[in-house]
Amino acid sequence: MNAFAGSIDRPNSYIGRSVSRPNAKRLLEGRGRYVTDLVLPRMLHAAFVRSPYAHGKIVSIDIEEAKALSGVRAVFTGEDLASICAPWTGTLDHFTNMKSPPQVPLPLEKVMWSGQPVVLIVADSRAIAEDAAELVIVDIEELPALADPVEAMSAAAMSQELADNICFATKLDSGGVEEAFDAADTTVEQSFIFGRHTAVTLEPRAIVADYDPSENRLTAHHATQTPYQFQDVYSRHYGIPEANVRVIAPDIGGSFGMKLHVYHEEMAVVGASILLGRPIKYVADRMESFVSDIHARDHRVTGRLALDRDGRITAMDVDDVTAIGAFSSYPRTSAVEGNQVIRLMGAPYDFSSYRANLSVVFQNKVQTSQYRAVGHPIACAVTESLVDAAARELSLDPFEIRERNLIPDSSYPRTSPTGYQFEKLSHQVCLARLKSIMNYDALRAEQAGLRQKGILRGIGIALFVEITNPSPAFYGVGGARISAQDGAILKLTPSGEVHCSISVTEQGQGTETIIGQIVADQLGIDREKVRVMTGDTDTTPHGGATWACRGAGIGGETALQAARKLKANLLAVAGLILQARPGELDIRADWIVEAVTGQQRISLAEVARIAFFRSDTLPPETQAQLSVAHHYAPQGYPFAFTNGAQGCLVEVDAETGFVKILKHWVVEDCGRIINPLLVDEQVRGGVVQGLGAAFFEECLYNEEGQLTNGSLADYLVPMACEMPDIEISHVETPTRDTELGAKGCGEAGTAAASAAAMNAVNDALVGHGAVLTQIPMTPTRILKALGTI
Amino acid sequence: MSGKVEISLAVNGETIEALVAPRTTLADFLRQDIQLTGTHTGCEMGVCGACLVLLDDRPVHACLMFAVQADGCAVETVEGLTLRRAIDDLQKAFHERNALQCGFCTPGMLVSAYGILASGGEPDRDGIRDALSGNYCRCTGYESIVDAIETTVRQRRQHVEEEKA
Repeated sequence: MNAFAGSIDRPNSYIGRSVSRPNAKRLLEGRGRYVTDLVLPRMLHAAFVRSPYAHGKIVSIDIEEAKALSGVRAVFTGEDLASICAPWTGTLDHFTNMKSPPQVPLPLEKVMWSGQPVVLIVADSRAIAEDAAELVIVDIEELPALADPVEAMSAAAMSQELADNICFATKLDSGGVEEAFDAADTTVEQSFIFGRHTAVTLEPRAIVADYDPSENRLTAHHATQTPYQFQDVYSRHYGIPEANVRVIAPDIGGSFGMKLHVYHEEMAVVGASILLGRPIKYVADRMESFVSDIHARDHRVTGRLALDRDGRITAMDVDDVTAIGAFSSYPRTSAVEGNQVIRLMGAPYDFSSYRANLSVVFQNKVQTSQYRAVGHPIACAVTESLVDAAARELSLDPFEIRERNLIPDSSYPRTSPTGYQFEKLSHQVCLARLKSIMNYDALRAEQAGLRQKGILRGIGIALFVEITNPSPAFYGVGGARISAQDGAILKLTPSGEVHCSISVTEQGQGTETIIGQIVADQLGIDREKVRVMTGDTDTTPHGGATWACRGAGIGGETALQAARKLKANLLAVAGLILQARPGELDIRADWIVEAVTGQQRISLAEVARIAFFRSDTLPPETQAQLSVAHHYAPQGYPFAFTNGAQGCLVEVDAETGFVKILKHWVVEDCGRIINPLLVDEQVRGGVVQGLGAAFFEECLYNEEGQLTNGSLADYLVPMACEMPDIEISHVETPTRDTELGAKGCGEAGTAAASAAAMNAVNDALVGHGAVLTQIPMTPTRILKALGTI
Repeated sequence: MSGKVEISLAVNGETIEALVAPRTTLADFLRQDIQLTGTHTGCEMGVCGACLVLLDDRPVHACLMFAVQADGCAVETVEGLTLRRAIDDLQKAFHERNALQCGFCTPGMLVSAYGILASGGEPDRDGIRDALSGNYCRCTGYESIVDAIETTVRQRRQHVEEEKA
């Protein structure tokens, strides 16, 4: 058991406390240092000429006029960069038969989506580079665009390297599905459409690539959450020794998974810096972000549930077609989303007959790939919408049908019909807690009263299971060079402070804060005496960094184990100084104390001073180890699954189709909570991204494959006035796989928010003959569902 | 491009004389020419609010103005507000409430919040949410920001009442 990891009532017990983020003060004073802000000597600026067509053959490119413009230093096309850059292919070995065309920084023969970068201009300023971009003449012979994923499945292959447009297809079948449907007392079936949306990080993608030919050394200041992955990518694809590639990820203006994929622009800019031997900066503007950042979701799902007369689920059968654009993204691939969708379906419920069919399809659009809560919202919305549909069919309350079906908290460990191993989840506790914090019965009474006045309120709930702390089973087995382990280096300073450099990264979640809390807690020192450094491959040990909710669970455990190692070393030195046994000593409030009595013996600063400056006074042959390096890779369960429940209260105006979101509730179990303040805001931020998907956010394309709403004036991002207050409650079921017991919480909010919202809207519309199964639920779609238009 | 134009303006209380290209936005001028990078650009079309600065004490989008239009004006950025301690209480409330994550929207949020407080009213939560409609935040879910501003509104009112008493 790991209860000792956080004892809240002793000095320096920081695990579990709502401490504020030290690094936030900088950001509040405008002292953030984002890649966007960086200026280097002799730095040039990049701009791209992009394809106006979704699909076309490049006939010719005329760069002469652009090259001649004053201030332009170079113009590069596909051949220039392909000659020094090894192509990349976004497949994983364990996804049998997965395929994707090879990619190069800029296209050689064909353009594959509207907005694909075709020509790179490097100039003294971004404005000049943009001027020059207008002088480039790209002659493209337009080809028919494959915009619709279902059509693309049977259409001729759009990439000459492939036989068809299927990137990856797989089936799951645990058996007994047909029999269960034949024997069912009730079946429900729904077809869903989940639109494309995108991350919209407030800071767009940014890189300053700085290649020094004298040392064959590349420094990339890169707005990313995964610096080690990019060190590997730049090294291998440009043939630079890995140790000569440094990736620095300073303050990052949001990422949400979007900034961990390899993009053509960044690869091109690195190549251009190598060719020119000068630093080159590229910052996507918002229009470019919309056509080149990865998009997410884009699923067409049909799902069926079979139930017996008691409302117990006996089988589930789903088909998911997910459209991913022209290429599978690299190195994580665009198939992970669909794979997680079909494996998370039905996850909270106790049934054994499950069948799924997944088709991952290419089309002429920008890539989709991993974005916050990969696959979760789709699996959750399909499952929870079907469960609600069944409840309506059987006249059961949404809570009642879930209580009858969810996996009992006492029945773990267990394996899902899709193969996921659950260590310990807490659905029963979470569902009961949700009912209580929502004050559900009162809400229902209020709803009934308002309904008589013609006011349509809807209450929706959704249960979810979240994947966190991925082990090597996630990417490692697929052959991707993405680390499952993290590393930390702890150094004692001569003043008795501690410097921690760690491979998990900070994009605002508070990684540096929680790592500082864990180190200070474990060492028994004031947290202000711990300095945490992240985001630099030259100064931190290699590791997976922060994605898929691994910061606290894996990074935190790494820090915990490193701190214990350093503590043991410090107590050993102190024991020599005090002529005491290390086991009889402890560190509390920056002092070495008697473990039993707490009596102060010598300050940590004094131990440090002696060890560093007066080692002559230590016994002969003593070599005090005052810096420790430690790595940790998850073992045991392949993932630390978490779970929770969400509730949403909405009011639908049946005349206009507008929805007012009145309140949202989340019950969440992320295991050991290190900092409740940070966890709550992570969850709230996640909910708002989920509500954005539910009501506002969609990348709209026309039949020619043109994005028609690619600006922040046209693409709706949730604003303060549209979002409700979000009440959060926690259940703590620590994982026993680690000493710390922490699981992730970053995807939790997004995982179920749109499902709860969809159920709430459908609850509001009960009796009006309308059921929405498409998100975002725009006013137009609501009015169409109501038959008004 | 065509010739540069001479401008003179006060930025955070300092007089700045500069030659700028007519097409240079105020945001680019602040960020690139005088390296006040606290002002951020998120959309460059006046939607996201990350570039809000004070122009003669009123919040404006620095991305929608040309630097030449600020000639003769007083511009104040998050750095200036910090320096003259005009938003100490807001910054403290934001910090304690964790009303920021990545921090990219934060300077604009603080300028908006400064504007809300400077307007003299005492908006409730809905009023604060309405007033923040020109500021996108992708990380926090907004609630903590609303909380922090609400706290500051309350504290300032208490402060005024205490002074009266």
